[in-house]
Amino acid sequence: MMSGIALVSDKGVLLNAAADDRNAPFTIRGLTVSYGQVPAVYSIDFTAPAGSLIGILGPNGAGKSTLLKAAMGIVPVVSGQVSFFGKPLKEARYQVAYVPQRASVDWDFPATVYDVVLMGLYPILGLLRRVSKADKAKVAESLAKVGMQDFADRQIGQLSGGQQQRVFLARALTQRADVFLLDEPFSGVDAATETAIISVLKILQLEGKTVIAVHHDLSTVSTYFDHLFLLNRKAVAYGSVTKVFTKDNLVTAYGGKLGAAQLDAIGL
Amino acid sequence: MGSEFVALGLTPILIAAFASMACALPGNFLVLRKQALIGDAISHVVLPGIVVAYLLTGKLSTWPMMIGAAGAAVTSVILIEMIKRLGQIEYGAAMGVVFTAMFAAGVLLLEQSDTSRVHLDVEHALFGNLETLIWLQSDGWASFLRFEDLAQLPPQFVRMFMVLLITSAFTYVFWRPLVLISFDEAYARTIGARATIIGFLLVVLATMAAVAAFDAVGSIIVIAMILCPPATARLLTNDIKTQVLLSLFLALSATLVGYITAGYLPLWLGFSNTLSAAGMIATVSGLLLAISAIYGRHRNRIT
Amino acid sequence: MLGDALSLSLGYNATLVTLGATLLGAAAGMAGTFLYLRKNALISDAISHATLPGLGIAFLIAVAFGWDGRQLAILLGGSALSAALGLYFVNWLTRETRLTQDTAIGCILSVSFAFGVVLFTIIQVLPAGRKAGLESFLLGSTAGMLYSDALLILVLSIITALVLVVFLRPIKLVTFDASYSETLGISVRRVDFIILTLTLAVTVLGMKIVGLILIVALLIIPAVSARFWSEKTDIILITSTAFGALSGYIGSAISAVSAGLPTGPIIVLCAFGFFLISFLFAPKRGVLAVALKHYQFQKTVHLTQGLLSLALRQSIYEPKTRRLLQRFGYIRADGVVTEVGKSLAAKTLLNEKRWSYWQETLRESDQFDGQVVFSLMDIETKLTQDQILLIDQGLAARKGKKL
Repeated sequence: MMSGIALVSDKGVLLNAAADDRNAPFTIRGLTVSYGQVPAVYSIDFTAPAGSLIGILGPNGAGKSTLLKAAMGIVPVVSGQVSFFGKPLKEARYQVAYVPQRASVDWDFPATVYDVVLMGLYPILGLLRRVSKADKAKVAESLAKVGMQDFADRQIGQLSGGQQQRVFLARALTQRADVFLLDEPFSGVDAATETAIISVLKILQLEGKTVIAVHHDLSTVSTYFDHLFLLNRKAVAYGSVTKVFTKDNLVTAYGGKLGAAQLDAIGL
Repeated sequence: MGSEFVALGLTPILIAAFASMACALPGNFLVLRKQALIGDAISHVVLPGIVVAYLLTGKLSTWPMMIGAAGAAVTSVILIEMIKRLGQIEYGAAMGVVFTAMFAAGVLLLEQSDTSRVHLDVEHALFGNLETLIWLQSDGWASFLRFEDLAQLPPQFVRMFMVLLITSAFTYVFWRPLVLISFDEAYARTIGARATIIGFLLVVLATMAAVAAFDAVGSIIVIAMILCPPATARLLTNDIKTQVLLSLFLALSATLVGYITAGYLPLWLGFSNTLSAAGMIATVSGLLLAISAIYGRHRNRIT
Repeated sequence: MLGDALSLSLGYNATLVTLGATLLGAAAGMAGTFLYLRKNALISDAISHATLPGLGIAFLIAVAFGWDGRQLAILLGGSALSAALGLYFVNWLTRETRLTQDTAIGCILSVSFAFGVVLFTIIQVLPAGRKAGLESFLLGSTAGMLYSDALLILVLSIITALVLVVFLRPIKLVTFDASYSETLGISVRRVDFIILTLTLAVTVLGMKIVGLILIVALLIIPAVSARFWSEKTDIILITSTAFGALSGYIGSAISAVSAGLPTGPIIVLCAFGFFLISFLFAPKRGVLAVALKHYQFQKTVHLTQGLLSLALRQSIYEPKTRRLLQRFGYIRADGVVTEVGKSLAAKTLLNEKRWSYWQETLRESDQFDGQVVFSLMDIETKLTQDQILLIDQGLAARKGKKL
């Protein structure tokens, strides 16, 4: 539904990839991922235009996180292709920043906030290059953007959940990437963090970056995002929030899991 | 401390110290990556590796044994990974299947082979023979300046020293990716840190340290030294650099205290027999862990 | 000869050992299943290594009192106590400090083993120590076993097996669903305690037969093997018990008739044989079955997606999809769609449309849940003719509206 224009000649000759979305910041074609014999996501086509802020929404187990992980090459795919600016991930690695779920790591790790944010500079630092003043400035800048400048020397285990999430975002910011993929950035964080994160994401969008975030809170969808991708293992709908965020689409995506009360609460 | 000490005591102590530190270095990352028991698995499969090497070459020379042991260790790591992934079995259980079966095969082969003529026995594999690694040619500290005496150092001395150098160099050069994959492996992958290769190299490094150390000091001290100093250091600091340095210091301390307790204390107390030095070193490292587990500043989980 | 051993006609001791090993294997298979299902498999490694200091201390104490230090009952008692202590330390380290369980297990097993070795160097120089034969506990040795020893092991194995049977229900509940059983008033902690105590008993009993290093194998391998055959706790338990018992039985019988073959390793390798068979050939979870299913699944996905693209006249980007379409004769080498391809593509598209319509409008809440992707199933095999008729009418009406 959202993949490129069909370029099949009348004789049915299969032509090469369509030209329109070839160089889009982030493109997925026919992506299927499965754990065992049941697909976690099936036949996903998706193109993110530059400068968009996209929410991925769907019920639990809809494959939202899996979609991002497959895009980042963390889980193997059954079929499909992923490209960033028309290039496979391998060649575009440094243009893409990934923010994993906060719960995916053990925060009782002997490191400080500074250490973690500095990890984002690994592509520049490599194995042995010394950390220069400019590098330190980049770390400080990223920390300031998420309002964590006073916590640089803090042990990461001593942070609140929201602060940990901000550290993860800061780490991605130091990568100075063009595409940001965030897995549940608003999950289990305090209100202040939520505001801080969404304003950072909106600034990124203004700078022309492409931001895609897995989301689960229906009530904030319209204010946070300009594009919405509704997913329940298969793509349910994709487009501008105003068009996609409808009762029909939500019911299709969530099935019986969404009560009428919930729909009322968000004014649909 | 006279010439007798240099000839009889110094080399075993230094060899044990090199071994302990070489094991503790990769151990830090194994502990943080929750792969602590890889050390356990490696030290169990060393035995079948050596037996197979002996059966293939018919000789009990050092290099075939080391290669056999290393080969068995790497094989076991690959098998564990295979069983875990293909069979969807959890890591610990896959490990338990592989190393016990390989150990059983090793014992069986050992019993079947002609062991009466060779000094290859299970006890040696488990306990080592630290006390025999003496430097008879030495007549005191001055021997360190004489080339012909240095050439007579026990081969384990040079080997263990080289292994310590290699593990140190590896840890230094690959510090950043090692920390990255220990903290957040998925992210490390996305940022191009070659998580799979670094993770594998780490295990290979631990294997190398374990195999070299096993030849010198037996396999018990190997597991204890891979795990105890890093675990102890983990309870004393919240900074990974400090943790690694501290673990080296703890490994060294355990070696000195352990060796002296085993080799000299009984004599000073008037007994005529010494105790197993390797066993005592590992025991002391356990005591250090116990102390830090009770009093350590950072003993508690913080999240 | 082997027939004699298997039919238990090789004399008292051999028969007792075989029976003991069989029962031990069964008990290990049972206890191991629970350990494994509670994700605790490798704690048995700590338990087994922690027996060593107790063995040494028990011997020293016995000698100090002027008893015969080789009394099996004394040695096993000492081992059990020190293994319990080791287990306590593992749990204490995991609970009270930031160390993870695997680190705690590794530290306790290596340090207690090392301490045991130190004690052995003391024992070796004692006059009574030279023939203590404590090394036989490392790898097990049934040679020269006394009749009374064999009998002791047999009796204790029977008791262990009986205790397991008595507590089977609560243990099964907890391993199946820990939080649910709490609501039934079953203490998970207590059940874990029972499981670990049984593991400890199996370990201590197995020391004389298979040795303390290899008893771990009997606790882990049968349980892991059994897991390949079923998803049901009951069946896993029975299979694991059977694997354990058979390994003990066959292994001890083989070693009874062949002088050079040590009992422990043979039993373990028998268990490993069962593991290999399960790992490779088990019908659902076995590697071959899984690989075959995965291959077919991948094929279905590629073909369905490819055919759908053909029907929608979209371009197909993926080489593998094109290759498969070509191999099945749906497109020609130059990319032109064949007649078969056209008709199948149309059918795939219809299937897809029918499913979407059904999903959007007719689906009754959670019908077919867990198979959320319908596109890969043939709707005509899943729904009744009436339902499909309803769908087709709906689709036709929708088309009419649009026009």
